[in-house]
Amino acid sequence: MDFEPSSEQQMLIDQVRRFVREEIIPLEAKLDPDASELPAEDFKRLTDKTKAMGLFGIDIPKEFGGPDIDIVTRVLLAIEMAQHRAGLYVPCYGTFGGAGLAQIFEANEDQKERYLYPTLRGEKKPFFGLTEPSGGSDPARAIQTKAERKDNGWVLNGAKLFISGADRAQYGIVFARTDASKGRAGITCFIIDSDTPGFHVRRVVHTLRSSSYATELEFKDCWVSDHQVLGEVNKGFAVANARLTRQRIPYAAGCIGVAIAAHEMAIEWAKMRTTFGEKLANRQAVQWMLVDNEIDIRTAKHFTLEAAEKARRELPFRTEAAIAKLTASEGGGRVVDRAMQIHGGMGMTKDLPLERWYREMRIRRVGEGPSEVQRMVIAREILGSNLR
Amino acid sequence: MSIRLRLDKPWQPLTAETATRLPGQLGVYQIADAKGAVLYIGQAGGRSIFGLRSELLREAEERGPGCQFRVEVNMQYRSRWFELLMVHQADHGALPPDNAKNPPPTLGRLSPA
Repeated sequence: MDFEPSSEQQMLIDQVRRFVREEIIPLEAKLDPDASELPAEDFKRLTDKTKAMGLFGIDIPKEFGGPDIDIVTRVLLAIEMAQHRAGLYVPCYGTFGGAGLAQIFEANEDQKERYLYPTLRGEKKPFFGLTEPSGGSDPARAIQTKAERKDNGWVLNGAKLFISGADRAQYGIVFARTDASKGRAGITCFIIDSDTPGFHVRRVVHTLRSSSYATELEFKDCWVSDHQVLGEVNKGFAVANARLTRQRIPYAAGCIGVAIAAHEMAIEWAKMRTTFGEKLANRQAVQWMLVDNEIDIRTAKHFTLEAAEKARRELPFRTEAAIAKLTASEGGGRVVDRAMQIHGGMGMTKDLPLERWYREMRIRRVGEGPSEVQRMVIAREILGSNLR
Repeated sequence: MSIRLRLDKPWQPLTAETATRLPGQLGVYQIADAKGAVLYIGQAGGRSIFGLRSELLREAEERGPGCQFRVEVNMQYRSRWFELLMVHQADHGALPPDNAKNPPPTLGRLSPA
């Protein structure tokens, strides 16, 4: 496969690169090093710019008003958008818009009216409620939140953990067990309004990532009507799984973007910094670190574009997405670590973005399926499905 | 495992003398009136010159006598700051008066058990 960007892709890449360097990075210099949001007036100004560029809401499907950019190009742009301090988790501070949750595009017309369109208009924010205190990597077995039939609807009881944005959302997609005897075929997906009685955001879950946080949720006799079932009863696992696989590709792209930014900083520093009468760049120990960075970045980029290309061609891409996520999150972590080592003491400070990337990149080896689960997915492909 | 949501350390008088003795680390703090009613929840973030010390010195200078404070050293100062604001809102139905003048644009809501 040839992953050399076309002239049209290169034009878009250059446009986004300029935006990051001329608009985002100068603003970021004035913000708290752990900030995840821009002042409202800057957000509005920059969002108007991305709309004028024709790149607002690039992940929204064309039929819902998105700019119709294929997934390979979106990966190339996501790599660019991540190349600033907050870029790993908040690329360009959200000024390119979001697409909401992928699952909500599969909703029925009534649900689309109530949730999808308001989300695309920026009037509602969703959360994704899958992981529970009992585990996140094996949702089919770990989900203990129960939904039981009552009064032409369902009563939910249980808890969710590590749920981002639930405290600020107007609704969420929540997975609950509707048939205890059926394993992964006994899970249903519900849309829960956050003002539903019995829905509680109990606490903030503090992590390495101080810029933003996850939450713990409790459902206590939380009743919802049948109209809140997304898809079909007992078929929620497929809804979750499709999202988890597809999400791994942009997740990998963000890691690559940050790795590239850290690598460029390390190269610049190595050429400039003199120790014991010699530039760091002339020392073999540093050269080898930079070479290893280059290899990690190229490897991850190749596999991520390969996964995106397969997705674009509507071929199976589960294994490719796992390889992309694995190489980008692990390789990206190594690149940031080496860049810090090359920077010495300065690399540890909040004066530079490296320490934030180091903390946030560590989470990437666990989020969206840990490295071990990615390896399991790849092993199944290699060894055959009879290992399941 | 017990998880502490609220800042419950004893109050100290907000003066330049007490603020000078604070660590230069990052963290969060609360300012209260003489009766202990919280007026403001703040953070000493990564751009503060001497962390909590410089932030509380500034508060003491700007507010003058009659206030109290308490601090928590915390590298997760941003998520902890959001948490303290949301817990205060849940407990009192509103943000502290000095935060309400300029609330964070994306503050969520908690209902602590």
